[in-house]
Amino acid sequence: MVVMENEIVHPAPPLAAQKLPESETTESAMIHVDDIDFCYGTRQVLFDVNLEIPPRAVTAFIGPSGCGKTTLLRCFNRMNDLIDGARISQGRVILDGQDINAADLDVVDLRRRVGMVFQKSNPFPKSIYENVAYGLRVLGVTKRSRINEAVEKSLRAAALWEEAKDRLDSNAYGLSGGQQQRLCIARALAVEPEVVLMDEPCSALDPIATAKVEELIYQLRENYTIVIVTHNMQQAGRCSNYTAFFYLGRLIEFGPTSKIFTNPSERQTEDYITGRFG
Amino acid sequence: MSKAHAIRSRITQKVAFWIFRIATYLILAAATYIFLDIGIKGSRTLFTSRAPFINVPFFTQRPQTLFVFDYDGKKYTLSDQDFRAWKEGHPGVEVEASSVAYSAGGVWPCIVGTALLIVGSMVFALAVGICSAIYLSEYSQNSQFIRLIRIAILNLAGVPSIVFGLFGFGLFVIFFHWNVSLLSGWLTLGLMILPAIITASEESLRAVPNGLREGSLALGATKWQTIRKNVLPYALPGILTSSILGIGRVAGETAPIMFTAAYALRDEMPWQVPHWTDFFFQGVMALPYHIYVVSSKIPQNEYTERVQYGAACILLLVVFCIALTSIVLRERTRKRLSW
Repeated sequence: MVVMENEIVHPAPPLAAQKLPESETTESAMIHVDDIDFCYGTRQVLFDVNLEIPPRAVTAFIGPSGCGKTTLLRCFNRMNDLIDGARISQGRVILDGQDINAADLDVVDLRRRVGMVFQKSNPFPKSIYENVAYGLRVLGVTKRSRINEAVEKSLRAAALWEEAKDRLDSNAYGLSGGQQQRLCIARALAVEPEVVLMDEPCSALDPIATAKVEELIYQLRENYTIVIVTHNMQQAGRCSNYTAFFYLGRLIEFGPTSKIFTNPSERQTEDYITGRFG
Repeated sequence: MSKAHAIRSRITQKVAFWIFRIATYLILAAATYIFLDIGIKGSRTLFTSRAPFINVPFFTQRPQTLFVFDYDGKKYTLSDQDFRAWKEGHPGVEVEASSVAYSAGGVWPCIVGTALLIVGSMVFALAVGICSAIYLSEYSQNSQFIRLIRIAILNLAGVPSIVFGLFGFGLFVIFFHWNVSLLSGWLTLGLMILPAIITASEESLRAVPNGLREGSLALGATKWQTIRKNVLPYALPGILTSSILGIGRVAGETAPIMFTAAYALRDEMPWQVPHWTDFFFQGVMALPYHIYVVSSKIPQNEYTERVQYGAACILLLVVFCIALTSIVLRERTRKRLSW
């Protein structure tokens, strides 16, 4: 019920096509993925991926499990650095004209600019307030008024303010699953990133919580560049402007969501979207 | 044929089952015997039949020599202190008293010494253990060298405590000239429980969900900020509760301290030192070593049992209280931090 309503209120794909003609995206792309090969040890999981992620839009990565979409997502904020033996063996990722794997790039600064929301919501076992304030505190912000302001702004942006404003000091673990995930989104927004990466943010949520998070994602696109990995094709259709389809570590097709879903140019994309495999 | 086979299988099962059952009951029997024996005989020393029902002198006095003599048809068993007072009260009276070492008075210096040894060695072991556990579980890559370190830790855990005692004696007491001292004992005991502390700390650190680390790093926190703010606070209760079990070992071991820190008898209390630095370089009395001394170093007779069982009972109580604290703390934190 709620999901359908959401669909009607926000006819995502056509809107995106209006706002960002494809010719324009090439020059102003937020993230260039330039011929990436990626390996875990000796196992290669991404092959020659080229992709340009447009700013202030939602880009969805879809594809069957193990196709490398999460790996690519985690390249954008170098979370793969944490995995032993994981490396980009060829190619570059360029964020706003800057090679993010350059030796002189500060990875801490990169992760502040590129926020992330994880598959399993991971609020810290602290108060709601401290969860949102965490990013600011590690940045060295100590001014109480500034933190208060940022906490309220982020919680409002994540559509959690009304539910949480009276219990900011209570533990975040007391929130429901959907609220926890929105708290994680608020936490990511508090440090004012340019890009927000979302790794299957709704996979553990019920349909109503999912609808809320999707609506949120759709609204956030006005201020942030959002990349979302999803297994759920309806979700990609509902809340993304662009869709990239991956299969076995290769980018098969990338384009406006409306085109991918109604008139894909590749046979594999059509097969996957119509549910013939995957 | 098949029926005979079925019966045989059933009998085999019964026999096996009874072997397991007896093995389990054996543990229960041993534990019951130890606790009852020490509890009953020890409580004769620790408690009295009159108010305040606790044998206060046993907890607050130093060990004294017991004097046994007959006078005026009565048998007297007096401590050193009381015997001198009695002699002053009976001037000119000559009695032939037999003396039993350590069997009068109490064990107060032993309790203090054991407490000091516990505190110092735990501070040392926790500081070193937590640091190395953080390094091993949060920073180190899985290299050949780290595997070697892990093997070393495992081996260290298997070294007999008497070897630790000799090591401490050789290094701290003789080579560093620290003599028999608190400092030598702290480091020896600390090194002895270090492997257990490292293992417990690593486990607690590992129990912190990876999502907390990733979530923190993804917000632009450095690795150290992540560990300090978002990993260590949640691992610390686990580290401390597991380490409390290490305290039990520190409290009870005799071998590591008998060459490095323990005196059989010392008249001054540990705080009676001329200069504060001397505090670290003094030997102390300790409960397990005292039990060892009164059970094997003095001639045994009917008067020696009192202190033996009393001291053993106190040691058991100390270890029991420590274990209980550990369990209570663990349950509390488990409720607070459940992910």
